[in-house]
Amino acid sequence: MHIEFVALVKQVPRTGEVEVDPETGNLVREGVAAQTNPYDLHALEAALALRDRLGGTVTALSMGPPQAEDTLREAFWMGADRGILLSDAAFAGADTLATAYTLARALRDIPHDLVLAGMQTTDGDTAQVGPGVAEFLHIAHASYVLRIEEADRREVCAVVDAGDRVQRVALALPALLTVTREVNQPRLPSFRRRLATRDRPIETWCREDLAPPEGEEAYFGLEGSPTWVEEIFPPPGNPEREIWRGRPGELTDRLLAQLEEWKYL
Amino acid sequence: MSVLRVAYENCDGCGACVAVCPFDGVVLEEGVPRFGAGCRVCGLCIDACPRGALGLPGEEDAGDVADLSRYRGVMVVSERAADGLDPVTLELMGEGRRLADALGEALSVVVAGADVDAEARECLVHGADRVLVLDHPSLAHFRPEPYTDALEGAVRHALPSIVLMAGTPVGRSLAPRLAVRLRTGLTADCTSLEVNERGELLQTRPAFGGDIMATILSGNHRPQMATVRPRVMPRAGRLPVTGTLERLPFRPDPEYPGRVLEVREKPAADTVADADVVVAAGRGIRRAEDLDMLHRLADALGGVVGCSRPLVEAGWLPSTQQVGLSGRTVRPKLYIACGISGAIQHVAGMRGSERIIAINPDENAPIFDVAHHALVGDAYEIIPALLDRIEERGDARAV
Repeated sequence: MHIEFVALVKQVPRTGEVEVDPETGNLVREGVAAQTNPYDLHALEAALALRDRLGGTVTALSMGPPQAEDTLREAFWMGADRGILLSDAAFAGADTLATAYTLARALRDIPHDLVLAGMQTTDGDTAQVGPGVAEFLHIAHASYVLRIEEADRREVCAVVDAGDRVQRVALALPALLTVTREVNQPRLPSFRRRLATRDRPIETWCREDLAPPEGEEAYFGLEGSPTWVEEIFPPPGNPEREIWRGRPGELTDRLLAQLEEWKYL
Repeated sequence: MSVLRVAYENCDGCGACVAVCPFDGVVLEEGVPRFGAGCRVCGLCIDACPRGALGLPGEEDAGDVADLSRYRGVMVVSERAADGLDPVTLELMGEGRRLADALGEALSVVVAGADVDAEARECLVHGADRVLVLDHPSLAHFRPEPYTDALEGAVRHALPSIVLMAGTPVGRSLAPRLAVRLRTGLTADCTSLEVNERGELLQTRPAFGGDIMATILSGNHRPQMATVRPRVMPRAGRLPVTGTLERLPFRPDPEYPGRVLEVREKPAADTVADADVVVAAGRGIRRAEDLDMLHRLADALGGVVGCSRPLVEAGWLPSTQQVGLSGRTVRPKLYIACGISGAIQHVAGMRGSERIIAINPDENAPIFDVAHHALVGDAYEIIPALLDRIEERGDARAV
């Protein structure tokens, strides 16, 4: 069997090291330690495990600045066969609609039976890009996949989180799944694969490579983004708090007394 | 899946589309066109339609600023639970009503599903001006594709200025598909909404996984779409019924690519959202083994252990225990934050707790901004000592 898998991966700032340009409200990526979005590692693992079992190829697809190559390099070390980075100044400032369009546009030129993505990223937290890509491609999708049960050339079966219920669904391929962290345990990058893929090129595609059809020239980047950040501000404070200072023993006594007063002990 | 869009309010059922189609891709059913598997999206029928009722998705003049005024009112997309209307719908309606009143416009609620009369009535008695019902067996279970088609029909019928959907797994799967279909902006998981004098929706959410709030606009497009964080907005109350109920046509594609094989209740592992006491761990907890002391404290207090995101990312606790924007929103009677710095991402999920105790060695930790009792100290010193004291009490009692 030969199934074409595509994993959507994104390079994100490490949690807690995020900065925002107060002028534009956009994310400042320079100088911030980066990592692959942790949820996307589960998507990549799902693609790799299915390929290893069923046969096929895994393409890792990302959009971002040139340094996002690191994330695709990491995908090679985990076992991806091909890495494509969509990188162009024209893509900058994209919101989820423009990002989904750009990825979907690229996917028209990448064979794909099953597209996998993390359920969300740790920087944007929107969970919107995966379903958006599926809609642009007119293919089925399921978000918040808890388990992938089986797949073949025609169909994939998965268990998905639907709030107070779980659903078992079957989607005709091509289809797109966004996965939770429950879906698997990602493999570690391997030194052997690192050596073996040292000379493997990462393809970089720019806006011209995506050849937008007439009427869709302005669908990229800031220009193609209906949403914009109007204002950023610190969260509201709390005037009613009591600050307890002291030696650990004193704090322990006070905490014990408080919990007893509230009748938890 | 058919990708052509029909503006039913403009269609008079003349059949020009059927006559011009070379592929037998469209038939008239109940007087309106339905596109089948034969449709190649060639566009001949779009040009042939004398009333301009056909188009490709997104071809609509949504981006045309001059036409924004055609869009009026707030539309809430309801969500169903196993036993009727999901309470989150009432939260959306409470917020939707406030925004609609601020605009001086109407509040509509879409109820999509199979056999949804009871849910539709619930929306009427909670103050909807207009309830739009899409009732069809193919909508019995949530599936993104038919639901997108159904909601697209409702939006194109009612032309709302604002669409609010639940920030639940279902809402957050469906909303982005609908937003792409409509080529409009969508803001995820808002915790606060306002409208300005231009009728623009100010959508505020904790942003960038971290330390700030962001207010986001999509004012040049309609509808302005947002998903709303559950358990944040006050619920709509019961009111005398003044609204109307309208049934909209829904013609499912016979070839949707997705099927629901089985629906099960979720196992009751989701305890962190229901617990009265949550003992929460953050990055100040240095090793997975050290969670043991928090489990012991939680047991002593009759609660459960929760955590902030880094611990789930490290694989120390399952994501069901994560409190925060990308985890659960909790409102326990008592929340004890141990070694949690208090990133907005986390605080957004617990600030509604009745009593908040935070233990952190850094006096400037943002968690202290929301804590009622801020213990400046090290959880590694305080918690084990507290457990010893609790044990002593137990021993003393046993004697």
